[in-house]
Formats: sequence, C-alpha cells, structure tokens
Amino acid sequence: MAENTTVGQLKEMLVRLYHDNKTSIDANVGEGIRSVRGKALGDFEKLGIPTRKVEAYRYTNLEKVFAEDYNAEFSAERFKVDLREIFKCEIPELDTHVVLVLNGFYYHDNKITGLPEGVIITSLAQASVSHPGIFNAHYGKYVNTEEDSLAALNSFFAQDGVFVYIPEHVKIDKPVQIINLCFSYKNLRITRRNLIVAEKGSELHVIVCDHTLCRRKYLSNSLTEIYTGANAKTEYSKVQNENNLSAQLSNTYIHQEADSKVVSNILSLHGGFIRNNIFVKLNGERAENHTYGLFISDSNQHISNYTSVLHAKPYCNSNQLFKGILSENATGAFNGKIYVGKDAQKTLAYQKNNNILLSPSARMNSKPQLEIYADDVKCSHGATAGQLDEDALFYLRSRGIREAEARFLLMYAFANDVISNIGTRHLRDRIIDLVDKRLRGKLSKCNECEIHCGN
Amino acid sequence: MKMENDQDKILTELTKSDYKYGFVTDIETDTIPKGLNENVIRMISAKKKEPDYMLDFRLKSFRHWQTMKMPEWAHLVIPEINYQDIIYYAAPKQKASLSGLNEVDPELLRTFDKLGIPLDEQKRLTGVAVDAVMDSVSVKTTFRETLAELGIIFCSFSDAVREHPDLVEKYMGTVVPYTDNFFASLNSAVFSDGSFCYIPRGVRCPMELSTYFRINAANTGQFERTLIIAEEDSYVSYLEGCTAPMRDEHQLHAAIVEIIALENAEVKYSTVQNWYPGDKNGKGGVYNFVTKRGICRGDHSKISWAQVETGSAITWKYPSCILKGNHSTGEFYSVAVTNNHQQADTGTKMIHIGRNTKSTIISKGISAGKSNNSYRGLVKVGKNAQNARNFSQCDSLLLGDKCGAHTFPYLEVENESAIIEHEATTSRIGEDQIFYCNQRGIDTEKAIGLIVNGYAREVLNKLPMEFAVEAQKLLQISLEGSVG
Repeated sequence: MAENTTVGQLKEMLVRLYHDNKTSIDANVGEGIRSVRGKALGDFEKLGIPTRKVEAYRYTNLEKVFAEDYNAEFSAERFKVDLREIFKCEIPELDTHVVLVLNGFYYHDNKITGLPEGVIITSLAQASVSHPGIFNAHYGKYVNTEEDSLAALNSFFAQDGVFVYIPEHVKIDKPVQIINLCFSYKNLRITRRNLIVAEKGSELHVIVCDHTLCRRKYLSNSLTEIYTGANAKTEYSKVQNENNLSAQLSNTYIHQEADSKVVSNILSLHGGFIRNNIFVKLNGERAENHTYGLFISDSNQHISNYTSVLHAKPYCNSNQLFKGILSENATGAFNGKIYVGKDAQKTLAYQKNNNILLSPSARMNSKPQLEIYADDVKCSHGATAGQLDEDALFYLRSRGIREAEARFLLMYAFANDVISNIGTRHLRDRIIDLVDKRLRGKLSKCNECEIHCGN
Repeated sequence: MKMENDQDKILTELTKSDYKYGFVTDIETDTIPKGLNENVIRMISAKKKEPDYMLDFRLKSFRHWQTMKMPEWAHLVIPEINYQDIIYYAAPKQKASLSGLNEVDPELLRTFDKLGIPLDEQKRLTGVAVDAVMDSVSVKTTFRETLAELGIIFCSFSDAVREHPDLVEKYMGTVVPYTDNFFASLNSAVFSDGSFCYIPRGVRCPMELSTYFRINAANTGQFERTLIIAEEDSYVSYLEGCTAPMRDEHQLHAAIVEIIALENAEVKYSTVQNWYPGDKNGKGGVYNFVTKRGICRGDHSKISWAQVETGSAITWKYPSCILKGNHSTGEFYSVAVTNNHQQADTGTKMIHIGRNTKSTIISKGISAGKSNNSYRGLVKVGKNAQNARNFSQCDSLLLGDKCGAHTFPYLEVENESAIIEHEATTSRIGEDQIFYCNQRGIDTEKAIGLIVNGYAREVLNKLPMEFAVEAQKLLQISLEGSVG
C-alpha cells in the first residue's frame, strides 16, 4: 500500500471491508456477537486507528502496521491433514486440554475429552448459538469499545475464537491450552475473540500460545474477555512466539468479583510487532490481581505493553511487574496505569517496570502512572532502565565464569523474577528453557514441528 | 476513634482558614483597554518604548499564537478563558521618575511592607536585592549599584531591553522559543515586564537575588518574563516568591523563565508560589500557566530548580532542564500542596543530550480537601547522551478522601548506557505515626505538621535560608488541619 496512506483512508478501508463482507462475517454467529457490532463500528468510526497523538499509543506506531497489505478471510479453511500432526506442542510433560485455533477460527476437529461436568469448551461462534443464556450475559460486557479503538475494531469483525465456561465450584485440574496458529501462504489479517467465564468458586488455568507457522505477514487483533466470579481463581498465561513479519495486537479484559484471584503472565518471547493491552477491573472487595510480563526483543522488533488496573472496590490488592531485555534495534514501551476510584479505600497497588538495554540503538519508553482518588491507600510504582551490573559481572568472572556466560546468568536472573510466578511447573520449566535459548540468541526451533519455518 | 474525631475537627478548623495575604492596594493604575489584537500589542510595545526587534518578536509570537489551541493534555479542568476579556497591560502610575524611596507612592511601600519585602532599611540587614514587580512594571530596584560593581546586571526586563539590547536579543527566546506552547506564545506576544539577570564570567553573586511578583489591579493578567544568563564559571542563586490579593474573578498568569548556564556555571532558582488559590468553594483564584526552562549549555554546568507551590487555583508548570553540556547537572526539587478545589499539574522535564549528564528529581505532592494534584515529568535520554544518570522520586500524600493524587512519569531512553530510576508512592499519614506522636504528648495537629514537614524536608532543605522559613510557614498555612 502506498506509503502516504493516511490513517483516515485505512479506517475507511476497514469499514468498507466490513460492509462488503457483512454476510459472511455474520454467517455462523449468534445474536450476542451480532448485537454489539453496530455500536463498536460507530465507536471505531469515531476513534479511528490510533495515531501516536493518542496518549495510550504514544510510543506505538500502528499506522505502519495497518498500512501493510493483508488478505482477509471470513470463513474457516478446512485442512485435509490433521492440524495436530502439523503442529505439536513441544512440552511433552504438559498435560493440557489442547484447543487449536487456526487463523482465528476454532479448529473443526479439536478433540477435547474428560472435562468435568458442566464445563464447556467450544468455539465462540458455536457458543453464541448453543448457549445464548450464558454467552449473552458475559459477551462484550467487560470491553469498553468507546475507549479503545482496537477493541472496537475487534468487536465488529469478531467471528470466532474459543469459549470456555467453568460452572460454580468446579475445579479443572488440567490447564486449558489455546494454541493460536497463523498458517497460510498469503499475508493475512486475523481477528480472534475469546470469552472465558469462571463462575464463583471455580479454578482454571488458561494457557494461550501464539505461533506463526509460515514466513508471511500476519496482523492479528485478538481480544479475550475473562470473567472471574466471586472466590474464583484464574491463572492466565500467554506465550507469544511469532515471526518477525507479524504484528500482534492483543487485548485482554479481566473482570474480577469479590475475593477472586487472577494471575496473568504475559511472556513476549518473539514477534515483529507486539502490542498488549491489559485491562483489569477489580469489581469486588478483597479481589487480588497479579499481572506479570516479560519481554525479550531484538532485531527491529517492537514490543509495547499497556496495562490499566482499575480499583473500583475497597480492600483489593494488585501487583504489576514488567521486565524487558532489549537488544539490537529493538524498541520497547511500557505504559501502566493504576486507577483507584474514590470508594476503593484500603487499596494496595504496586507496579514495577525494569528494563535492560543491551545495545546502543535499543530504545525504551516507560510511562507508569498512578491516578488515585481515595486516601487510605498504599500505591507505588517504579521504573528503571539500565544495563547489567558491572560489579555483579566482575564477581562472576572473578570466580572463573566466562564473560558471555556471566552476562547470560545475570539476564536470566533478571527474567526469573517474572518466570517464577508461573504456577504450572511444566510450563515454567518450558519457559525457562525458551528464555534460555532466547537469551543465547537461538530461540528454540520447534523440534517436533514439521514446518521448520524458522523464526 | 477519638483521634479521628480530633483530626476531623482540626481538619474543618484549618481548611476554614482563610488566605492570609489577601488585600488590595489602592493605587491608580495606567491600563489599556481589554482585549487582544495587533494594535494592543503595538500599544504595549510603544508604551514600553521598545526597539523594533521587540515589536517584531511580539507580533511574530501573536500571529503564531492565533494558530494554536489551548492544550488539553493536562489532568486539569480549566474553565474557558476569554482572552479578549483581559487587560494586557497595567502599570502603576508614576508621577515622575524616582530618585529615592521617599518618592515612591507610600501606599505601595506599605504593601511591600505587609509582604515583608525589604525595600528600605531591612535591605542591608537581609542582604537581599529586590526587584519588586507590581502589576507588570518594575517599581524599584535595590542593590543595583552593589551588584554593578561586580559587573552583575540585575534589572527589570524592560530596562534590559533598553540598556542591554545585545544580550536580550542574543538570548531571549533561545530556551523557550515563541512557538513553544500556547501560553509561551501568548506571553511572548504580550509580556509586560519581568527580571533580567546577567552574571559575568567568573563572578559568584554574593547575595541571593529575589523578585516578588504580585498581581494587583483587578482583571489584569500578568505576563512576566525572566531571563537569567550565567557566564562561564559564575554562580547565582535566584529567588522568586509571590502572594496575590483576594479577587473574585479568575486571573491569568502566564510567565516565562529562561535560564542559560554556560561552562562551569551554576544557577539555583527557588520559587515560593502562593498566588490566591480561590476560596473554599473553588471560587476565584489565579490560573498559573508557567513555562520555565533552563539550558546547561556549557560543560560542567548546573541548574537547580526548587519550588514550593501552595497557591493558585490551577497550576500548570514544568520547570525543565536541557542538559546539553557534557557533565552537566539538572535538579528539580518540588513540594506542591493543593487544598480545597485547587488543581495542580506540575513536574519537570530532564532532557539529557550531552555525555555524562546527571539529573535528580524529588517531587512531593500533598493533596487535601477536594483538590487534585498531579506530577507529570519527562526524563529523556538522547541517542548520544552516554552515561546519563537519572534518579526520580515522586511521592504523594493524601489528606482526606475527596482529593486525588496522580503520577504521570514519562521515561524515554535511547541510549543503552543510561541508568534511569523512577519510583513513586502514594499513601496517607499513617495512624501509627500520629499515634506515636500523641503518645509522646504531641497533639494531633502538631503531629501532622511535624510529619508533613518531615515529608517535605528533602525539598525544603534545598531552599535558601531566607525561603526555607517562609516555605515552612506557607506549608503550615496551606495545610493546617486539612489533614485527616
């Protein structure tokens, strides 16, 4: 696309794309999904594609990403071969309910068995038709399309993704692993939408892995809504591992009720352009939220994390920790916000962002923010940017550890603050392994994968 | 429970305390009609008998200003300002040029006395040279001769325009260009007067220089402009303090301060700001939209800002340092207090450009009543700023459950050798701290005063002696009992 394409033209193009394909976009979805489109479209037309003049996107150049040429598909492709043969998760010990999603569409042949009674794991489109009651009570309820245009964009294009429902007081032992695959021989625009509902007293661990299987340009805009009911516990781990051509816009909206606990781990290991928007609303007393992020970027990658934690009720705790290692020409951004409403007394809210810059042309922008309207609170944030500690390096080298190894050890220790928060052991081990390889400059090639796409 | 009641009582008592510096001086003022257009600007320039380059500068600024919009990014609710409803020039009427104190309007002298400005005998005792600005025109400059012996120029801006046009033309607008922002452009177009300070090479200014700003005539916005130039190896400590009388109508204050520090020079700029904050219901009060910026142009130079902000209905102010010279240092120490319906969005910018530059930011915000207090700061490390070092600490103290405290730091790092640290906390005074004091026989009000002063100590310590005392008093007045 021409370089001087303006955001205005891009916006019009997307709106036209929607109108032209409205029939196929609406083909298989229920009323719940269709009903929010009108407002979302209106909001998007108002907001447009965020430029860097929009405060939340100050350090993220979305224009460039949207200006690329992509194809769009509005119906699921059916592969004759078994997708599970093409892609295998490389964590053999990790026993999960695997849910494959191909180019944004729920894989038609997912085999999910042995679920506790009442648990539903199915495609989003399917759920909107077959379980309208539960679905409509939650879908689109935690997203504010007026506030963020990526959310609005996702909401009117949304067709499919994964729906997970855990009934009251049910604990699901095996994590649910959603594997998002990008697999096509042409550049593709992908929209994914997930809805995860954990009713009160339930326990759930969701792992989301993002992979690209071909060296093509993908622009994915995914949105996940997570509802955690009273007393429920949810762990949400996201592992981003995509190629350098792809752009991933990932929006997560977490809504928590009283006494609930959510731990999220956002692990951005690889990807040309990553934007993570994480919105948390603590909507019940004594709710607890932990959001951890680790990003390792090199070459010309861009990684941007945006968090907003809203304390709406008293006695809630929140904790954010984002750590980044940037080398070569990588650029990173962190924009975190803690918002304490005027009724949210006795709030404890912490936020920390540490960054290591390893090369002269790496760049980091950090913007931690506090907005506080209640007085009986303890809130703090901290942000640092620096290098590896020379004294620590010297200490290690004086004990006979080679410089390269010593550097690696220090970086690994830096990253470990985030990794150690992952609750599932096998996943944690796997991430340690991935980070190890990543820091040594060779991100694990999927050993068992038949497409050695090469990141 | 008892203690809480006590606190509440003290809180109500003290938030009721009125602005203690509110009085209006009756002096005939020479004003021009309300409104803003090119003719008004020509008139201001003509009244001040300015050379052509100044008029050109003003007109250029005005034309640019007309293309600009009021900034909306700050965390402030600013009622619409009608720029045509403001008198842009008001000078106290002077009968003739004055040769001694006895010729100064006695009413004016009394005003300064009330403010504690040492215009007469006190000047020798306190050792403070005062360039008193009242309604835009410098009335009396003291110690000018003493300073002149050292080659220091300390005079009103308009005098400088006439007497040192080369220096003014060379430096004015180099740190804050007329295109910088909405209020800077406005100021550049209509600025009335201000202070000019030039410290020659190798001179250490023997006394603290000080200016008292004061808004007086009704409906007059005040547009000050200060320019400080510190030549190589020089040192100056500059004090600025202000109080304003009670007024019902909002008053606009859009000042510019420019500091230029050449090689090895050090400039310390301290401010105590106590403009009229409006009454308890948020009626009236001064709008304080100020652009303050210093540039460390030479190697090993240093600029240090220290401010105590207790007044103004709305404060929009970011004293900044551009660290261009290698090994240059920028410092920012701030205590900002907001009470009742005050709003403050203040902070700093530290722009690291040279090698081995250092900056420190210590900001203490205290919010009480229904006020909102934001810290907004930028630390930017440019591509070639090797070994830049920054430490920022921004704490907020909340006194009362209807106020807000916000922190918006921006960290932009483009050089891998930089070490940048930022930390911020928000909390209220711990009941255990108050209990500890009570237990030792200190009543709750004193305890709160003690704790707040301790909290702000790091900054107060940075103020020159003369100011530290006043600042502590101001903190007490502004906060008395608003602590809950």
